[in-house]
Amino acid sequence: MPASPETATARATARPAGDVLEVALGGPWRLSAETPRWSTVLGEARPARVRLSADGVSHWDTSLVVFLGEAQRWCGEAGVGCDTAPLPEKMRLLSGQFEASMRTAGHDDHSQSLVVEVGLSTRSAMRQARDFLQFVGECWIDTVRLVTGRTGLRWNDCLGEMQKCGAMALPIVSLISFLVGVTLAYSGSIVLKRFGGEIWVADLIGVAMTREMGALITGIVLAGRTGAAFAAEIGSMKANEEIDALSTLGISPVRFLVIPRVIALGLMMPLLALYAICLGILGGMAVAFATLNIPPAAYWVEMLTIVDMSDVVVGMIKAVTFGLIVGLSGCLRGLQSARNASGVGHAATSAVVTAILLIIVADAIFAVLFNAIGL
Amino acid sequence: MIQDATPAIEVTGLSSAYEDQVILDNVSFKVRPAEVFFIIGGSGCGKTTLLRNMVGLIRPTHGEVRFGGRSFTDADSGSRRELLKTFGMLFQSGALWSSLTLSENIALPLEEYTRLPRDEIRNIAAFKLAQVGLSGFEEHYPAEISGGMQKRAGLARALALDPSIVFFDEPSAGLDPVTVRKLDELIVQIRDTFGTTIVIVSHDVDSIFGIADRVIMLDRETHGIIAEGRPADVVATSKNPKVLDFLTRRAIRAG
Repeated sequence: MPASPETATARATARPAGDVLEVALGGPWRLSAETPRWSTVLGEARPARVRLSADGVSHWDTSLVVFLGEAQRWCGEAGVGCDTAPLPEKMRLLSGQFEASMRTAGHDDHSQSLVVEVGLSTRSAMRQARDFLQFVGECWIDTVRLVTGRTGLRWNDCLGEMQKCGAMALPIVSLISFLVGVTLAYSGSIVLKRFGGEIWVADLIGVAMTREMGALITGIVLAGRTGAAFAAEIGSMKANEEIDALSTLGISPVRFLVIPRVIALGLMMPLLALYAICLGILGGMAVAFATLNIPPAAYWVEMLTIVDMSDVVVGMIKAVTFGLIVGLSGCLRGLQSARNASGVGHAATSAVVTAILLIIVADAIFAVLFNAIGL
Repeated sequence: MIQDATPAIEVTGLSSAYEDQVILDNVSFKVRPAEVFFIIGGSGCGKTTLLRNMVGLIRPTHGEVRFGGRSFTDADSGSRRELLKTFGMLFQSGALWSSLTLSENIALPLEEYTRLPRDEIRNIAAFKLAQVGLSGFEEHYPAEISGGMQKRAGLARALALDPSIVFFDEPSAGLDPVTVRKLDELIVQIRDTFGTTIVIVSHDVDSIFGIADRVIMLDRETHGIIAEGRPADVVATSKNPKVLDFLTRRAIRAG
């Protein structure tokens, strides 16, 4: 009497008859349920022949094929005769295919020797450098054509991008720069309190925000916010053949997509950085008033004794540079993107990484440079 | 058929390779003016690669493409731009610029290549959309219309500059049989009205027998052409089982 379908499980019973092992399979065999494995059914038995039958099987799928395939493979390896004649025709066929696929399945070792790896990486690095130079060159040529009036700029696109990367970034830039001002004020006051110079917290925040943090924070926020968006947008345009459609019309993708975006960022970045500087100073002022009892007027006057126009100029030069870096790396990674979904994701990631890396490197170069010229 | 002195398109000895993998090897053929010319073959045989070589998206490793007797492959950027203006291309997915409305999509090539005033460009865009049966969709964005409509809009954009050659990459892919038939009718109508040369990459047997004047069939193993001529003639004369399998699979199923 067969058990009800809910409780019935796949069975495989091995019964030795002389030197022949008779394996009888039964019950429903489902991939999603527990099924016997060949190694446990075989146990310690080392028969001279194996005979497989499946008369009691009520339902079967790939799980049974796997079992039969493993049995056949074991027989083949042990040099034991395997009698599959009692099995239905379809099972024999599929288990034979399974066993064959196990033998031919490619489990190739994909690792390379060190020399090959080094060679491949060198080639890829050289290609990347060449692509980058070519891209910068194309941008330069199109910029010159634009400046000399040989091509027009799509101002509507440019204004749209300005709104997206400038005005719409205001909330996040406000929050982050205000909080950076607050944090700087707290950590600065710990040191300054020790020798009773709390008022100098104004100088500290004024200089740090204006020369350094304003541009840096904005740059990093925009790398994540706008650079990634550029890469993803241009990358999906590439996947959708939209870039090819531009090329077949003789419209340079650099002129059409890159230049308006880079100009928009180059113009918006200093404005955002200036705004970030103000918010940072405001944050510092709030902390100074609340915890150090410095009135805002005193804070302001103290700050103006050290911060002057040259600091603002330094901050703005950095901001413009960071803006160009974010715009160019976003667009470059987008144009380099592979034509599929994971390619677009990779492009966005790599745009952010490239932009932040280049921003930090550029910042370091500026530090040395400005120090040398005494700005 | 009258043999024109200069073919509309002439491909000589074209080879193309990705990295080290050869896709096309020494392919030569001619396309006559005002002809509906099909490039056919199974998946992975290099027909889209051939098309991309012809329109300049890929630079051939060897060989040359000439349009109306003028070399395209070796053209400098000025004459290349001149040649690009004379042909349109309909991409497999339509490839409409997703940030622009249909009207703006069609207006863009006109803005690039003509000095027409803005409202005239808008009128032309509406006219082109009407030609492909998309009146009233001028202000829609590509994402707001169906796949078949996107293809028709892509065709309207390809026709924006009244090109003498239009390339189609798998126009029937992803469309239902009725829409495919309508698109085929539209293609023939364009050819009859404007004398446009039509080059189509396809593996749609119905379309091939329906509208093709001549076909070339590419093969994956030999990286070259294995059949050339009118579809009916190819079936009648070719001894190559690959060609017959491809073109007569419908008959097998029916019989």
